[in-house]
Amino acid sequence: MNEPVLEIKGLSVDYGLGDEAVHAVRDVDLTLHRGEVLGLAGESGSGKSTLAYGMLRLLPPPGVIRGGQVLYHPRDGAAVDLLSLSTSKLRRFRWAEVSIVFQGAMNSLNPVHTIATQLCDVIAAHEPKTSAAARRARAKDMLRLVGINADRLNSYPHQLSGGMRQRVMIAMALALEPRVVVMDEPTTALDVVMQRQILAQLVELRERIGFSVLFITHDLSLLVEFSDRIAIMYGGRIVESAPAADLYKTSLHPYSDGLLHSFPALRGPRRELTGIPGSPPDLGAMPTGCAFHPRCPKAFEPCADTMPELEVPATRPEEDRTVACWLHTVERVRG
Amino acid sequence: MAMPTADIMPMLPPSEAPVPATRKRRQRRFLGNRKAVVGLVLFGFFCLLAIFGPMIAPYDPGKRGDELLIGPSGDHWFGTTHLGQDLFSQMLDGTRSVMLVGIVAGVVATVLAVLIGVTSGYLSGVGAEGLSALSNVFLVIPALPLILIITLSLPETDDLTIALVIGCTSWAWGARVLRAQTLSLRRRDYVEAARATGESTWRIIGFEILPNLTAVIAASFIGTVIFAVLSEITLAFIGVPGVSEWNWGAILFWAQSQQALAQGAWWWFVPPGLAIALLGTGLALLNFGIDEYVNPRLRSGATKVRGVKMRVGFTPVLPKGTKR
Repeated sequence: MNEPVLEIKGLSVDYGLGDEAVHAVRDVDLTLHRGEVLGLAGESGSGKSTLAYGMLRLLPPPGVIRGGQVLYHPRDGAAVDLLSLSTSKLRRFRWAEVSIVFQGAMNSLNPVHTIATQLCDVIAAHEPKTSAAARRARAKDMLRLVGINADRLNSYPHQLSGGMRQRVMIAMALALEPRVVVMDEPTTALDVVMQRQILAQLVELRERIGFSVLFITHDLSLLVEFSDRIAIMYGGRIVESAPAADLYKTSLHPYSDGLLHSFPALRGPRRELTGIPGSPPDLGAMPTGCAFHPRCPKAFEPCADTMPELEVPATRPEEDRTVACWLHTVERVRG
Repeated sequence: MAMPTADIMPMLPPSEAPVPATRKRRQRRFLGNRKAVVGLVLFGFFCLLAIFGPMIAPYDPGKRGDELLIGPSGDHWFGTTHLGQDLFSQMLDGTRSVMLVGIVAGVVATVLAVLIGVTSGYLSGVGAEGLSALSNVFLVIPALPLILIITLSLPETDDLTIALVIGCTSWAWGARVLRAQTLSLRRRDYVEAARATGESTWRIIGFEILPNLTAVIAASFIGTVIFAVLSEITLAFIGVPGVSEWNWGAILFWAQSQQALAQGAWWWFVPPGLAIALLGTGLALLNFGIDEYVNPRLRSGATKVRGVKMRVGFTPVLPKGTKR
């Protein structure tokens, strides 16, 4: 469990070059362990998707990676840095080792080809030596895995419901048995019943196959229930990272706290929904110091001047979590 | 929700929109496109020739001289014809007619194409079907023979009539494309939304649909200009009477009828041929430039921006120490 699969070190992603560059992801460190579901949450525009696409080098122009490392630890052998792979190696690497379920995955299927063709294409692209029959059999297995009847194999995407299409995309992402699956808001367009089904299936599949998931969403309530760890992003940085249960019980960063108080709990006493006042920062003109301080209800004097580092909170040194907030630094606790 | 709205207002980003700056940047972007600049320079060059060409022509293009069929020299830059006429002057004088016919026909055809194509695409019913049928009919009529018949049956043919005839017969292709695009646009969500908010039909067409058609309209305009130029040159080349003024086609007509190729008088047909090719190239480049300017997605191909190779699917990693 504690073996890392994917380590992001100091990743910075920009849109544009030179003076016009917008720093969408700044100096992010993140580790995904084996078999873990890591949730990445934050408001729209906080850099969640940019981080995920950036680390796989899938960002369209004008996106560029300014620096950092993305280390992938294969089953055997030394770690590889995704950012230094050649084009052909990267092409072979993606999907076979790290696959992705895109945002609005329902529309990622080509409407003029059957599900079978598209599933087989994925396998053919990475394992060209397999026979057509073997590919088809594998596609059938994959469909069964995500709970779709194998006789749907010859259907066209429009003949399936949204949830089924979503599951086909998940099947496609798992077809090559990758060790990491990035899911970019895979359930946003679905109704809650379908969300529940797909997530339950995902949890089950993860236990059976044993892949890690980087789950990106702005639905924190979903993450609390479903993920092992949660990282909260704000203004292109990770501001807090903690085991899901700890984060839900006691969120240390005021921003996480605000997010958690933006949706009602189903059980327990009634509490007031506070939300977060204001709007996300303009990535082109970030406030000085902590990016959150203009909206923070607990801001005090160092917040506006100096940026806090992401480190183990001095208030709870024993816990397995990190936070970037002056409220929890050593100076604050001592002073 | 217990969320006081008063708190939200001061947090909004400052709304001082620097409009002139963006406009300047847009201009820079259009002129920063190499294709657009080369196209614009070529097109502008021929426009200038069309305006000033007849004034700076050293000789009267029709005047006969003593030096018959000589190659390029200091006196006659492009040589002379079998009658001793100065070819350089003929070229300069002929540019005006070519450009005039091309642009007027292009404007006429584009206006017709937009009117008929967008109307028949956006509206439905008998009228729209009728317009569509009309453009289908014009699409299958062979253009050049029709132009020939019309020009021959008209009592007087000057450049303007030829331009109008070409314009009125070559709009159908543009109308067809615009209709297809409009049919697809009219069902988009933002058009539905505009309809739901009660915008008038003409406002929807003018503000929601037309801006999305800019690239298609520009392409059809430039395509028609090229077609019109070639048609006029063809008409002159096959010697349609009435097209008596000098233009590149007329020069080619004389070169052909006097066997310039057989006599080795390359200076007779190379300049007009080259001018036609250059004008076509310029217009085509301008078209690419407009396309990329209007449709930002076309800009992001496998291009290099400040030494960094941008490629879809493989985000570039900046080398360490790059200027931030």
